[in-house]
Amino acid sequence: MSVLVYAENAGGNFKKSTFEVISYARAIADQNNATLTALSIGEVDGNELKILALYGADKIITVPNEKLKNFVNQAYASVIAQVAESEAATVVVLSNSFSGRGLAPRIGVKLNAGVIDGAVALPDQADGKFVVKKTVFSGKAFAMVELTSAKKVISLTPNSYQITEAAKPEVIEEFNATLNESDFRAVLKEIVQATDKVSLPEAEIIVSGGRGLKGPENWRMLEELADALGAALACSKPVSDAGWRPHSEHVGQTGIAVSPNLYIAVGISGAIQHLAGVSSSKTIVVINKDPDAPFFKVADYGIVGDAFEVVPKLIAAIKNNKATA
Amino acid sequence: MRILVCVSNVPDTTTKITFTNNNTQFNTSGVQFILNPYDEIALARAVELAESTGGSVTVINVGEAATEPTIRKALAVGATDAVRVNASPPDAWFVAVQIAEYIKKNPFDLILTGRESIDYNGSKVAGMLGELLDIPSVSIIKKIDVNGNEAMVEREIEGGKEILTIPLPLVAGCAEGVTEPKIPNMRGIMSARTKPLVVVEPVALEINSTIIGYETPAPRGQVKLVNSDNPEQLIELLHTEARVI
Repeated sequence: MSVLVYAENAGGNFKKSTFEVISYARAIADQNNATLTALSIGEVDGNELKILALYGADKIITVPNEKLKNFVNQAYASVIAQVAESEAATVVVLSNSFSGRGLAPRIGVKLNAGVIDGAVALPDQADGKFVVKKTVFSGKAFAMVELTSAKKVISLTPNSYQITEAAKPEVIEEFNATLNESDFRAVLKEIVQATDKVSLPEAEIIVSGGRGLKGPENWRMLEELADALGAALACSKPVSDAGWRPHSEHVGQTGIAVSPNLYIAVGISGAIQHLAGVSSSKTIVVINKDPDAPFFKVADYGIVGDAFEVVPKLIAAIKNNKATA
Repeated sequence: MRILVCVSNVPDTTTKITFTNNNTQFNTSGVQFILNPYDEIALARAVELAESTGGSVTVINVGEAATEPTIRKALAVGATDAVRVNASPPDAWFVAVQIAEYIKKNPFDLILTGRESIDYNGSKVAGMLGELLDIPSVSIIKKIDVNGNEAMVEREIEGGKEILTIPLPLVAGCAEGVTEPKIPNMRGIMSARTKPLVVVEPVALEINSTIIGYETPAPRGQVKLVNSDNPEQLIELLHTEARVI
């Protein structure tokens, strides 16, 4: 058998989640004594491709086709399924990224494979079964899902698997995919990049603000804190509902579910819906002037105090710490 | 324009999640079920698009009779009619196949879903439908407009967005930003009682995924409080104890 991993790139560079996915797929290949093929689609520099071997890809496949320069859901799904067939892959792994969520179900149907989206751990293959753990109820629980199909598609939640180096010789091959006009019905008109912001699902540190910040004008302070930590910015639902911050920054049960190493919640009381989306963060820090805020019950560290006094001091402390480090 | 909105019946967002039968079954006792919040957004946009282009909105749900209050709510918000596929869905594949079978017999110009359901957090139905029907699908959209036979869609990507044009028919998974959910008014609630709700029987198929058990996350320890005058101590703890900065 073999394992195929889709190595997603952003602007020609592989993302951190891609290295997580390759490390995860390498472990599945090792569990099964199988080979690991990494597939890259779109424009990626040759030297960048070699990095995939560093994390354990036995073979790296590229698809030279100008039409695949930018992501097209249908066409990419078709290419991944074709390579999976050609490599006789029984397991296909990709990131549960925004693009991955569009690809995994289409690949599943093409390969007649069961799909697990949002996996958070390696498959348990005891007794010949194939059971994958995934988040359900927006982080309030996990489900163990058994896949009974011969082929399996797994999309891995970003930040849920440790990147591991496992260098292999660099073997790069090209694959000629058969593509139909109908695969390109969706036409990309424009990509709008939101400056150089850290993407929320992949962020290792997130600074998040709630209603306690009183108004959008006070976000400057959180931006400074985020900058000092190299963190992504987020907010609670009432904040995005009020239009203080864009919906794309809303984390929680009905927003983006996140699992950073460090989640700093400022002026967020901790409604059950918010906690659901952030509970898989490794470390939670809460800053709130209400000592009875429910968020303190799930936090690892807390400061009871006025955000407008605490945050500037915290920024100064971080800068001071960096200066003396 | 004929629009189909796929809706899920999910536990209310404030629900405390517990399990029974040795952690193999979700405990529905005392749980209030609601229209999946993302499906509410999809439905609201469908109603807007139908109003502006002169069309109809059908809602479809794969569920047993217990989901009918949720379907009626969707009708109260402004859907024209509804379909219920009479089955308790074991997974997303089952749901997608049932809906695709219905669409093959009753074609639609636009099919909207929520970006995911807040119970099993699957975001698979939109993509599976696209593949089963051989039409384009977009998994998470922040905006959709329709102009004649073409849709303009904004798709979320890491650190930005993509703007795409896609000919109809297509499937799109709606996220926050697409529009505001609509609250049904009294007239809507009254008329929803008499709107058509067709029940169809499911097609048989082989299921390839089964939930065999649940776990709840390990409880966190007691919070360690730091004096607000001493944020240096917090930085120190994050650095040396938690090792996250």
